[in-house]
Amino acid sequence: MGGQAPAIELRGLSRHFGERTALRNVSVRVAPGATLAVLGRNGAGKSTLLRILATLLRPHAGEVSVLGEPLPKRAFAVRGRLGLLGHEPLLYRDLTGRENLLYHARLHGLPAARVEEVLAAVQMERRAQEPVRLLSRGMVQRLAIGRVVLHRPELLLLDEPRANLDPGASELVEPLIGRRAGATRVLTSHDPKAALAEADLVLALAGGRVAFAGSPDQVSSQQLRELYA
Amino acid sequence: MRTVVTLLRKDLLLELRALETVPAMILFSIVTFVIFHFALNREAIDGQLAAGVLTATLLFASMLAINRLFVAEREQGGFDAFLLAPVERSALLVAKAAALCLFLVVLELIAVPAFDVLLLGPALGPALLGLIAVLALADVALAVIGTLVSAIAVHARAREVIGPVIGLPLLIPALIATARALGPLLAAHTTGTPPSRWIAFLGLYDLVFALLAYAVFDFLLED
Repeated sequence: MGGQAPAIELRGLSRHFGERTALRNVSVRVAPGATLAVLGRNGAGKSTLLRILATLLRPHAGEVSVLGEPLPKRAFAVRGRLGLLGHEPLLYRDLTGRENLLYHARLHGLPAARVEEVLAAVQMERRAQEPVRLLSRGMVQRLAIGRVVLHRPELLLLDEPRANLDPGASELVEPLIGRRAGATRVLTSHDPKAALAEADLVLALAGGRVAFAGSPDQVSSQQLRELYA
Repeated sequence: MRTVVTLLRKDLLLELRALETVPAMILFSIVTFVIFHFALNREAIDGQLAAGVLTATLLFASMLAINRLFVAEREQGGFDAFLLAPVERSALLVAKAAALCLFLVVLELIAVPAFDVLLLGPALGPALLGLIAVLALADVALAVIGTLVSAIAVHARAREVIGPVIGLPLLIPALIATARALGPLLAAHTTGTPPSRWIAFLGLYDLVFALLAYAVFDFLLED
């Protein structure tokens, strides 16, 4: 795995919002197909990191390479090859689940049949004709996961992907966003134990700085407690 | 073009479901005509006064749509979803301008007959073709400048204020040209032909702002 070109490479990444530093001097390499768990308290910079990797935010310093393309210069080449599941489902509330997925499928140049495949995969076919605003949060999350995997992305950026999902639904989406999906994954979670169980690599952030970067075996429970203290 | 159609279809579907923008524009216009009816204390108006009332009413009604043009994108993550797709960003400009243009056409289909009934003295029939031509050019100006201003305002905290504050000054030349072109059409003995220099001015104004919007729109969506 070490000889392969990395799916993600960050060197000295920094990002500010006005006076506030969201990320400072973050460096990490993620191999293709590997899973990076990003841990940290609220405001540690996890979502900012995901949005930079998703090409939605520009880095203010450092080098960012995603799927072999330098960002932000080659952002256009990366879009369509990644899927972002953030805090917002990115679904229109007044459109039905099917209409939302069809809209995204058209933006990605996919056939309508792919939407039906994905609706079946997240078991939302029966509720797909209802406006999203009438669905439960768990159902909306399943649809959002459907949106993310619709175009079979090579890189999955998952911000607390199992939020709002019951254990059954969590198992249901496993083949789509879990290790079995085969994609390179960056995931954040408020359940560090669960995230560590899925990860090949851990990046712990504290106040935008790297508190720990390495293998999950190297993180002690003491370090995790300090991180979330 | 495929992306523009996809975005436009989504916007029209959202408006059909929510009915938040066009009904408000129509209601605003009709109420404004009633206000003018009583404020001017006249049974009927014609010529330049009628043109001014109609143009100003349509302009202010369009502000309601301009302020709401990117609301779904901002509040429901539509911007992020669009930016994550491998499509040209200018497609969003074209689709939003087309949606705004269609909203204005629907508004005018109801507001102009209402204006005829509530305020206009001369018969509308002889001026109809000229009126359609002038309003079509005015709609393009409103749609292009409105989309540009709405995209500027959407990330600002005082977005409801920024739309009118930036948009109205930019639209003043189009307002003048529209009103001057409509004046002779709404006069008592109209020839039915709008003044060609104001038509040419409106056409040129549309072209300049369409090119300007196309040139800067990508930067407005940047982080």
